[in-house]
Amino acid sequence: MRILLDKFSKSFGAVKVIEDMTLEIKDGEMLALLGPSGCGKSTTLFAICGIHKVTGGRIYFGDRDMTDLPSQERNVGVVFQSYALYPHMNVAENIAFPLRIRNLPGAEIKRLVDEMADLVHIGNLLDRRPAELSGGQQQRVALARALVRRPNVLLLDEPLANLDAKLRLEMRSEIRRIQLETGITAILVTHDQVEAMSMCDRIAIMNAGQIIQIATPKEMYRNPRTTFVAGFLGNPPIAFVEAEARDGMLAVKNADIRLPVPPDAVTPPDGTPVIIGIRPENLGPEGDAIIRGRVSFIETQGRENLYDIKLENGSVLRSIQRVRDDISLDDEVEWRVRSDRLFVFAENGERL
Amino acid sequence: MTGHLKTWPIILALSILSAPLVLMYAYLFIDTVTNSPPGSFIPNEFTLEHWAFLWHTPPGRPSIWRVTFNSLLFAASTSLLVIVVSSMAGYVLSRLNVPARGFFLAGVMVLHAFPAITLIVAIFLVLQMIGLYNTLIGVILVKAAIDMPLGIWLMKGFYDTVPWEIEMAGIQDGASRFTVWRKLVLPQVKPGIFALWLFAFLLGWSEFILPQVLAPSGDVQVLSVYLASLIADDNNFDMALFKSVGLFYIAPVLILFFVFQNYLMNIYGGGSKG
Ligand SMILES: Nc1ncnc2c1ncn2[C@@H]1O[C@H](COP(=O)(O)OP(=O)(O)OP(=O)(O)O)[C@@H](O)[C@H]1O
Ligand SMILES: [Mg+2]
Repeated sequence: MRILLDKFSKSFGAVKVIEDMTLEIKDGEMLALLGPSGCGKSTTLFAICGIHKVTGGRIYFGDRDMTDLPSQERNVGVVFQSYALYPHMNVAENIAFPLRIRNLPGAEIKRLVDEMADLVHIGNLLDRRPAELSGGQQQRVALARALVRRPNVLLLDEPLANLDAKLRLEMRSEIRRIQLETGITAILVTHDQVEAMSMCDRIAIMNAGQIIQIATPKEMYRNPRTTFVAGFLGNPPIAFVEAEARDGMLAVKNADIRLPVPPDAVTPPDGTPVIIGIRPENLGPEGDAIIRGRVSFIETQGRENLYDIKLENGSVLRSIQRVRDDISLDDEVEWRVRSDRLFVFAENGERL
Repeated sequence: MTGHLKTWPIILALSILSAPLVLMYAYLFIDTVTNSPPGSFIPNEFTLEHWAFLWHTPPGRPSIWRVTFNSLLFAASTSLLVIVVSSMAGYVLSRLNVPARGFFLAGVMVLHAFPAITLIVAIFLVLQMIGLYNTLIGVILVKAAIDMPLGIWLMKGFYDTVPWEIEMAGIQDGASRFTVWRKLVLPQVKPGIFALWLFAFLLGWSEFILPQVLAPSGDVQVLSVYLASLIADDNNFDMALFKSVGLFYIAPVLILFFVFQNYLMNIYGGGSKG
């Protein structure tokens, strides 16, 4: 079901957390709300499911105005970060709880619970208490409980934050599989860009209560609208250097480096200060513009090495390349960038 | 082996120190089923005459069974009232955004700090005015009201430990606030409620002043008042009878403790399990 937040605002007393946010999530889509801690992701989620009353604006599910409906009538499935399983009930009872509340007949409940347990692969755990489950299993139970009553929307608040690295990888694809199989509209709150990029159809990136950009992961990675977005996506992260427009080129400040303006950017007038963003994978042996510097740090990542190179002006760029043995610490290197992959931002962080 | 060697002096020391206590309790019991010659502590005959109060009601006194029943009713009713009200009020104070919550919390604490005895004259007058003087209902209400502040605070503490998400999950699952409390939150604090019930029951069982002042006579006497009336009776003062009734009075407390001691230790040691 389509969800629309129309000029939604939320404040706690005098503290304005969200102001005039408009956001549409398409039917059957999985959208990531990505942003740093405290930017208002959970607040947005809780407004959608009705835990928080909105201060302004409207919330629609489909064409239906949900703004003033209590949580119980919104039919939203929520998976909390701590899973919030009911400790005194076993797995089957946990999953059945939303159905019991709706007074469904016992046989029907049993059928739905079994069906859901199969979907999330916990059919053999139905008699256990939550305390007897691993983190990943609890996560599956929480998903099953949220989905069993066929909610309009599924909300996930940092569902993977409490899992260890390996399980996180596994549950990432599991959650996506379950979402695709059920075709439910879902919102995933996370501050992990990898989660957002790998699990979701689109990403809405938030900062300080505002949505900065909404796009598909690929589009957002290729085409960040601000330095904030560019800096948030990508691991290892993008590096920025300050520069100035000069004779139709971009001259890096206090360094003898001149880079061409990428074809998709407007050439700024001479003397305009700009910020250039260079992703680590675009700096290396190949490219059309030369960058000179000294290797200041090498991090081995197994298949690849991450090199920090220090320019003469002191700023540091990052390059990720296949492991090579011909480079060691403190070597002077002359590497290249592909100018069509550069990002140029104005001083205020907006992309040119 | 070395462990035993190290612990036996401690055990010995403790035994010696607690011997007088054990002896006292043992003697209390022995004394109720024996007679001793005058001037001696060593009993010389076995007798059940001191327990005769169980089947024979002395003239001018209420039947022991009536009094026991009253005590039971008194303790059960006050403890029930306390847990019912505390489990609800504690939840409200812990979770709901009621107006003047801070004021209520502080107020409840002040009420608890207030020595009940200072209120007794006023309570006496009030009960007399509304016709509940010398009734069990009156004294039950008063006792429950006095125990309630502590109960409410205890329950609030137990509720505070229940994760907030569990309730929100319940609301999302479509349950009303009341159902959430009843089906999801209450089970989490069950051990707490049980402990509070036991506590309130024992407080009610051992309460003396309130029934003594507010429900002193005849059919509404409770065990503690009955016991006190035995010493107060100068005409036929019977030490052995007093001891027997005393033993009879503490027996339920001991039984309750032995039955539930493991359970209680669990609550404070390991939290709720299962
Ligand atoms: N009940 C509240 N009262 C006052 N301020 C609040 C309340 N809840 C949240 N806030 C504030 O709103 C802002 C956004 O909070 P929110 O929980 O939505 O952040 P978040 O993006 O989910 O962060 P995180 O990733 O750490 O969970 C924070 O600055 C927080 O201090
Ligand atoms: Mg949050």
